[in-house]
Amino acid sequence: MTAVDDRPTTSDEIGRSRLRKEDQRLITGRTKWTDNIILPGMLHLAFARSPYANATITSIDIEAAKAAPGVVAVYTGKDLQDTMGTLICAYTITPDQVAPPHPPLAIDRVSFAGEAVAVVVARSYKEARDAADLLDVDYSLLPVVLDMEAAVAEGADLVHPDLGTNVSAHFVFDSAAAGTGGDVEASIAAARVDGVVIERTLRQQRLVPAFMEPRSVVVDPTGEQITMWSATQIPHILRFVLAATTGVPETKIRVIAPDVGGGFGGKLQTTPEEFVTFAVARKLGKPIKATETRSESIIASHHGRDQIQKLTLAAKKDGTVTGLKVELLADMGSHLALIGGGVPFLGTFMFNSIYKFESYKFDLTTVFTNKAWTDAYRGAGRPEATFGIERMMDELAVELGREPMELRQQNWITHPEFPFTTVCGMTYDSGNYEAATAKAMAMLDYEGLRREQAERRERKDPIQLGIGISTFTEMCGLAPSRVLGAIGAGAGGWEHASIRMLATGKVEVVTGTTPHGQGHETAWSQIVADKLGVAFEDVEVLHGDTQISSKGYDTYGSRSLVVGGIAIVKAAEKVVEKAKVIAAHLLEASADDLEFADGRFTVKGTDQGMAMGEVAMAAFLGHNLPDGVESTLDSDATFDPEDFSFPHGTHLCATEVDTETGLVKIRKYVCVDDIGNVVNPLIAEGQVHGGLAQGIAQALYEEAVYDEQGTLTTATFVDYLVPGAPDLPFFDTDRTTTPSTTNPLGVKGVGEAGCIASTPAVVNSVLDAVRQFGVQDIEMPMTPLRVWKAIQGASSVGGDVEAASASPHWEQPVQSGGIEPASSDTRSDATDRSQA
Amino acid sequence: MIPAQFDYHAPTTVDEALRLLAEVEASGRDVKVLGGGQSLLPVLRLRMAAPEVVVDLNKIPDLRGVREDGDAIVIGAMTTHDSMTREPLVRQHALLLSVASATVADPQVRHRGTFGGAIVHADPAGDIAAPVLALDCELVIQGPGGRRTVAAADFFEDLFTTAVGEGELLVEIRVPKYTGWGARYEKFTRVAQAWSVVAVAAAVKVEGGSIAQARVGLTNMGSVPIRAHAVEAALIGQPATADAIKEATRRAGEGTTPPTDANADADFRRHLAGVLTGRAVLAAAGAS
Repeated sequence: MTAVDDRPTTSDEIGRSRLRKEDQRLITGRTKWTDNIILPGMLHLAFARSPYANATITSIDIEAAKAAPGVVAVYTGKDLQDTMGTLICAYTITPDQVAPPHPPLAIDRVSFAGEAVAVVVARSYKEARDAADLLDVDYSLLPVVLDMEAAVAEGADLVHPDLGTNVSAHFVFDSAAAGTGGDVEASIAAARVDGVVIERTLRQQRLVPAFMEPRSVVVDPTGEQITMWSATQIPHILRFVLAATTGVPETKIRVIAPDVGGGFGGKLQTTPEEFVTFAVARKLGKPIKATETRSESIIASHHGRDQIQKLTLAAKKDGTVTGLKVELLADMGSHLALIGGGVPFLGTFMFNSIYKFESYKFDLTTVFTNKAWTDAYRGAGRPEATFGIERMMDELAVELGREPMELRQQNWITHPEFPFTTVCGMTYDSGNYEAATAKAMAMLDYEGLRREQAERRERKDPIQLGIGISTFTEMCGLAPSRVLGAIGAGAGGWEHASIRMLATGKVEVVTGTTPHGQGHETAWSQIVADKLGVAFEDVEVLHGDTQISSKGYDTYGSRSLVVGGIAIVKAAEKVVEKAKVIAAHLLEASADDLEFADGRFTVKGTDQGMAMGEVAMAAFLGHNLPDGVESTLDSDATFDPEDFSFPHGTHLCATEVDTETGLVKIRKYVCVDDIGNVVNPLIAEGQVHGGLAQGIAQALYEEAVYDEQGTLTTATFVDYLVPGAPDLPFFDTDRTTTPSTTNPLGVKGVGEAGCIASTPAVVNSVLDAVRQFGVQDIEMPMTPLRVWKAIQGASSVGGDVEAASASPHWEQPVQSGGIEPASSDTRSDATDRSQA
Repeated sequence: MIPAQFDYHAPTTVDEALRLLAEVEASGRDVKVLGGGQSLLPVLRLRMAAPEVVVDLNKIPDLRGVREDGDAIVIGAMTTHDSMTREPLVRQHALLLSVASATVADPQVRHRGTFGGAIVHADPAGDIAAPVLALDCELVIQGPGGRRTVAAADFFEDLFTTAVGEGELLVEIRVPKYTGWGARYEKFTRVAQAWSVVAVAAAVKVEGGSIAQARVGLTNMGSVPIRAHAVEAALIGQPATADAIKEATRRAGEGTTPPTDANADADFRRHLAGVLTGRAVLAAAGAS
């Protein structure tokens, strides 16, 4: 299959760039964000957090805080020990994986700076915050473990002294052992004799998901069900974990994710704040709200990435790749998060990417450090893998003096080879790397820019041009439940949908997906409008409330359309089947003689027929139904995919590197993504844009930096650089369409594509500009300092300012019993009489 | 995040403001003066500072606006950055102050933030101090005992510290006229809206294709703004060409002791100062 029309069917709605029906309320903020919720008698909660990265709590004096104005209660971990439940990791990547206990509020020790140690409940947030600063916590300090390589060395200090090790798990996939390919050591040995071996160690820095809406939770314990509103991606999973670990029956818990302002995986978590708020509300019998500040969000919510990748690639002299060995250290931070080691584990299936390796070994060690826990961040395991392999393909091209795109083409799975089973056993259903690449290269004017690049080199222009390539694939549609079962996940991967046909001809769709900015209300309405022949405006999408949407696995991993959207298709098919029986009865025809199109049942070969709305009304009235037929068209469906889907694409980035200042400017960014059929091109385009912004940010701007005490120095947006529109280029995007063969819509998923593909395109581009000066690598983010030093041939590139203080505008965010950067004496004095 | 509690006063005259400051300081309470609030409010919200009293100058009309006074123009301390980018008197006689003001943060901040506030805040990475120093401005300070005038070269004492003493306010900035001078504020940041890693303020008078006079100030190359006198001297008489300017400016960072932070170390800042000074002077000379 080659590029075809975007529309998979003759329908009107699927394939149409509808404006998003949810946007007015989201953009104007006139909606129910969790922090907007105010309940009668509601109390407010503020956390006191540890300023130390590794310490034993020797005492907590709560008297001053308790006596402060407006304070209702103060609790420590010991007070809530029996009721607050525990935080769990749902992924056991090896049978002997170790995980320290994770109480939501620290009980006797802390293992990262920012861990909550006590909580103050007061009549206002301000009073709670003021009182939290009065808590007097004594700590006995322990050695801090921050470096992954040091953490796994013999005799290392321990993140958790009781655990006896800093290693959580050691997982190995070996294609020889699995029978999916050859022995990688043999490939490497052969290449050392008569081929080429590329060995590199690459760093994936730590990132902060930086969603727009900070996390917020409200718990109302006053009804028969305890209701929790939370800015979460996963209300269904949250209810299950709360019930499973607190002993409160699932039937007594209702979780609502109202409108949620972004997540990017950062809200794919069950959080300490949720569990503590739940426990305090139960204890006091009062509604409680806890909303974090931005700095608290950056310090204490989970982080992403953070890997050291030791990569060995074997190839023949003609450039044909043979073997790939991946040795990963992945930083889990202080505890295993909900997915935890499951994030880097996804790399198992992704490092080989689109290339036909004969042998492959993936060797993963997950490591604890005294830093914030890590978990999913847009792409979750796949950006890391894509970065590794796309960097290595460029390194191979440089080593062999080959054109990097041509070398990729030599090694990728060609279009006629699909479906293709890879060296790690994944079966890619469809793809057309040639088509996407040809389109992208034409859009970029690849040849023209290569000429300009040569000219600039020739005349030693201070501004040098680089061109970077990323030909990527990813796996979407998490996930087939049986696959999850096989790999030790404590969850399934199906999705659920219900369609309610109302008497007035309107339709309510209940989905188990939980949108937090994706546009499900619009896209799901388009699917239902098509499948049932009703008007787009007549479809209402309901989600995120476990009382309404009782079943679901929520939204992450580019799964919502590929799994949840298909559940809606299946439910709609059942509605049509039910309606057909009633319509046949009313039309006095055989059901076999009825056709359904454009929302209307017609008797073949006649002009007799009736609309879906009329059938819905007939079912509602129930006056004249066939014997034994229920008076409802409502239908449920649960869809469990048989396999993942594999979107792919070609991303090309041209950067201008100012060799005098090290500043990188993106001159042109082109991407052609193949995400299969598309329900709403506008939404898909928006997803690509956002993903590109975040992927480019990893390459050039963002990094969570800890100092040697384990304090996060990038705890405000002054120091954690999230780029804005002025910092990003125009995105020149297009698509090719190779429909997925594993689901009825032919869709593949798009939520993470831009973020997965773009980082190596940018990095390869910058390196392409400066390799002429002898530069081999520059750590991300590629700051002007690092780029300039690399060009100067400085011995140490990257890591040079790790321990340096952040910019002087904001002092180090030290938490003094509170959550915010506390006042620094020098700073306070210096700013006296400030008129700023 | 919510600031710690404080008492708030909004006087309508300078005398009333000075009286309030005297009273509060006599009572031993910690006071901060609120100008545009674009640095103070974040500091309060992050609880890096917790003054007991805040005196807001925004209700004092006399502190706003720009007027001509003989050989100088006089800028009210509470004139906003946005006004500075547009004021015809400033653009005509002190273009450097106008173009530097235009680079401060974003439009929202420029509509609130004030010229005098930025000077008194004295953030080494702030964009106003180096141009003020380069143009030999005079800072007019008023206290209980009346007014005194301090030269820019003596005004900036240390990180966040100026010659404005307890119970005093910066009320006016007097700028000698630089009519017909070219100007450029060359600002180096990692993202569009950020403090300067390094920035260079340059004003140049070109006569007959050569540089007749030059003023150069450096931002964030030390705890206070730095005047690049040696570069200024080296530029005089040079043809306004790229090569000549580059040669005269490349040592702009020498002898400075800039900070090291996550964005740049001292070596890189010294290097940047040279590159950026060349670019700033070239642009100010209209030669680029």
